[in-house]
Amino acid sequence: MPTARRPAPSLPVALLALLGSLLGCAGEAARGVLLATTTSVHDTGLLDSLLPAFERRCGCEVKSVAVGSGQALALAARGEADVVIAHAPELEERYVAAGELTDRRPLLSNDFVLVGPADDPAGIAGLGLAEAMRRLARGRVPFVSRADSSGTHLVELRLWRAAGARPRGDWYLESGQGMAATLRLASERGAYAITDRATFVTLAPSLALRIVLEGEPDLRNVYHVLRPDPRRHPRVNVEGGRALAGFLVSPEAQGLIAGFGRARFGAPLFRPAH
Amino acid sequence: MDLVRDGIRKAFGLILAGDPQVMEIMWLSLRLSGLATLLSLVAGIPLGALLGLGQFPGRRVLLGLVNSGMGLPPVVVGLFVSIALWRSGPLGFLELLYTPWAIVLAQFVIALPVVAGLTAAALQQLDPRLPLQLLGLGASRVQALLRLLREARRSLLAAVMAGFGAVISEVGASMMVGGNLLHRTRLLTTATVLETTKGNFDVAIALSVILLALTFAVAMALTLVQQRGARR
Repeated sequence: MPTARRPAPSLPVALLALLGSLLGCAGEAARGVLLATTTSVHDTGLLDSLLPAFERRCGCEVKSVAVGSGQALALAARGEADVVIAHAPELEERYVAAGELTDRRPLLSNDFVLVGPADDPAGIAGLGLAEAMRRLARGRVPFVSRADSSGTHLVELRLWRAAGARPRGDWYLESGQGMAATLRLASERGAYAITDRATFVTLAPSLALRIVLEGEPDLRNVYHVLRPDPRRHPRVNVEGGRALAGFLVSPEAQGLIAGFGRARFGAPLFRPAH
Repeated sequence: MDLVRDGIRKAFGLILAGDPQVMEIMWLSLRLSGLATLLSLVAGIPLGALLGLGQFPGRRVLLGLVNSGMGLPPVVVGLFVSIALWRSGPLGFLELLYTPWAIVLAQFVIALPVVAGLTAAALQQLDPRLPLQLLGLGASRVQALLRLLREARRSLLAAVMAGFGAVISEVGASMMVGGNLLHRTRLLTTATVLETTKGNFDVAIALSVILLALTFAVAMALTLVQQRGARR
């Protein structure tokens, strides 16, 4: 005979209690706007200062998923995001030409910089960009590549090509990680790397790296905002996406971008596009 | 080592001050992993009983699959759950991606084979004559099974601990299906990764210490239940 089976009811009770407590935080899974973004605008904290203003206005929630430009564009092109922020102009144009993404508008810009150890062991400070890349390709000092199809990675590949150099060998380290992790790796290994200025400035205090080359036209870094073509993807939140994209290029958001970072770094991290 | 000491000090500071952000992340981790573990018990114990006690063609192959699933890589689970939850995926209409439910689903998939495999082993460990005796005494099949599960309860609690341990500690799947969104899907493990990349090593260490303490507290509570009335 089954006597005194006290513990039995406790499992369903606990299960119900947990379910109830979880419902509280999942009830909000209602229709929000999904933003796929490159890491730099996210990791620097820019989005945190932009999105609350939009969320208050539209009474909706923005979920921003920070990935590299390559993944962000691929997700949006599949209709898995409602808005995308990227900085990979050639790739973006290809998606637009293929009709998968639309409504491409410039959002903001800053520039890429070549960073390396303070004593510049490859001796490239003051050289032209192409000459510097060729000298790096001699391979005496390590170089860390994002190697993740991010906007920064695509620019890096373009710079090697333009310099007629082939990044191959033990000196060429492919991190496969985000900008912050890649810079940290470069700092630890005494290596060079290409980074957007905003991420570098944000992390510089904890890195043993300095800017060795900057200011060349080829190092310009432009961010665009795009949306998936709603005709192709019925499940995309068209209204929310249009509203968010419109907000990002509005005078209000552009003004926030122009001032972002001034208090902390003494100079703005990004230049607004409008 | 100063860094570790500072991190541990910071962990105590954050806990004692009841830092709202850390508390929120901690409760979310506990709730999501707890729910995923409970769901894996609800599905895994019957599945384990079937695989451990049942007799049907293909049982060994199935058991082998479940046992190999104990080592299921969380990132693989994360990838496939992501694709399933995409708007274009089979479960896309649920709109669960980047919500806490997506994490529960992924962690459930990770814990299920652990619970089922250990349940099957636990039941097979019992005296093989026991089921026949119970049925012979007039117990229904369900009554017999409940009695057997009671006999194997210490092993089953070990299965609970293994399942919970697997999901509270995983980061790959939660990062992929949850998106590490603050207030929504940021867990102790994903927050630790984020703080590490941001260079906030002291906060990362503090979160790690809190995660270890939480895991220990849950395991200890279950161990006390498990050892109740045990022979020394």
